[in-house]
Amino acid sequence: MSPRPEYRTYQFAGHEEHVLCFGAEASRQILIVPPLFDEMNRSRRMLVQAMRGLAERGTGSFLVDLPGCNESLTSLEKQSLSTWREAVGAAATQFGATHIASLRGGALVDNGAANLPHWRLAPAKGSSLLKTMIRTRIAGDKEAGKATSEAGLMEAAKAAPIELAGNMLGPAMVAELASAEPAEVAQLTLRALGQDIAGSTLWLRAEPQDDPAMSDAIATDLHEWSASCGG
Amino acid sequence: MPFVPDSVETTIRELLVDVLGVAPATVAAMTDDTPLFGALPELDSMAVAGLLTEMEDRLDIMIDDDDIDGELFESFGSLVAFAKAKVG
Repeated sequence: MSPRPEYRTYQFAGHEEHVLCFGAEASRQILIVPPLFDEMNRSRRMLVQAMRGLAERGTGSFLVDLPGCNESLTSLEKQSLSTWREAVGAAATQFGATHIASLRGGALVDNGAANLPHWRLAPAKGSSLLKTMIRTRIAGDKEAGKATSEAGLMEAAKAAPIELAGNMLGPAMVAELASAEPAEVAQLTLRALGQDIAGSTLWLRAEPQDDPAMSDAIATDLHEWSASCGG
Repeated sequence: MPFVPDSVETTIRELLVDVLGVAPATVAAMTDDTPLFGALPELDSMAVAGLLTEMEDRLDIMIDDDDIDGELFESFGSLVAFAKAKVG
C-alpha cells in the first residue's frame, strides 16, 4: 500500500503552520525545506512524490510551510529570510528532525538547525530569485503599458512592501534576498542536477509538471545519505 | 570558466529545454533561422524573465534589461548571437 500523508502543524511566532509528513514512525526524520516563492509551487508535486518514495524505503520526512506561504495564514509581507530560518529551526525542534534537505532557494533558509547534517540540491542565490521576480513584474507592467525600472522598484522596496510576481515582499525580505547566499552549515552534502541527480529543472517551468524518475532518484539518494550520517 | 562559442550555443539549447520545457528533439533541430518569440508557445514574456536570469547564471554574464528588445528573441540565431557577444 502506498504510504499515506499526515497533516500536522508546528508552532511559530504565535501561529500554527502546516506540515506534510510521511513515515512519522521512522527513526530518521528528514526536514524538507522547499524552494521559495513560485518555484515552491512548481516543485511541490515532485517533492511530495520523493517523500512517498522515502517512506517506502523506511525513512520519514516532513515538508514545512514557510510562514506566509502555501496554507499559511500569516502575512507574507511580514516575513524575511531571517524569520523563515527561525521557522525552520522551530519545526526541526518540534518534529525531532535528524537531517535537513533543501532545494533551490530553500538553501538560503535551511540553517535554522545548522548542527544537523544538510543535503542541498541545486541551491540558488537570493539575487537570482529576486532578479527573476523583478523581471516578471517589469514584463507584466510593460504589457499593461506601464514603464517600471529595477532601480525604481528597489528604491520603493526600502520603505514599503512591493508586489513581485504575485508576492508581497517587505523591505527586509527584498534587502536580504539581494545579498543572500546559501549559508555555511556544519556538515553539507551538495548535489547538482544532471550530475548527481538525473532530472529536470521543474522549478523554472512556467507549466508545472512532475518527474517520477527524478522523485525516485531523490528518494534513493536521501535514503542512502541519511543512513550514512547523523540520526 | 571561459566559454568557447560552441559551448554558448549548447548552453542556449539546454536552457530552452530546461526553462521552457521544449522537447529536446525540437531544440536539437533548431537552426539560426528558427523563429522563437511568437513561434514557440512556451516562450511568453513571463518565461523570458526566468530565461534571462538562468542565462546570466549559466554563462556568468550580466544582462542589462535596457539591452533587451524584441529582436533578441526573434530567432534562435539572434539569441545565440546576443549571448556570444555578452560572453565576449
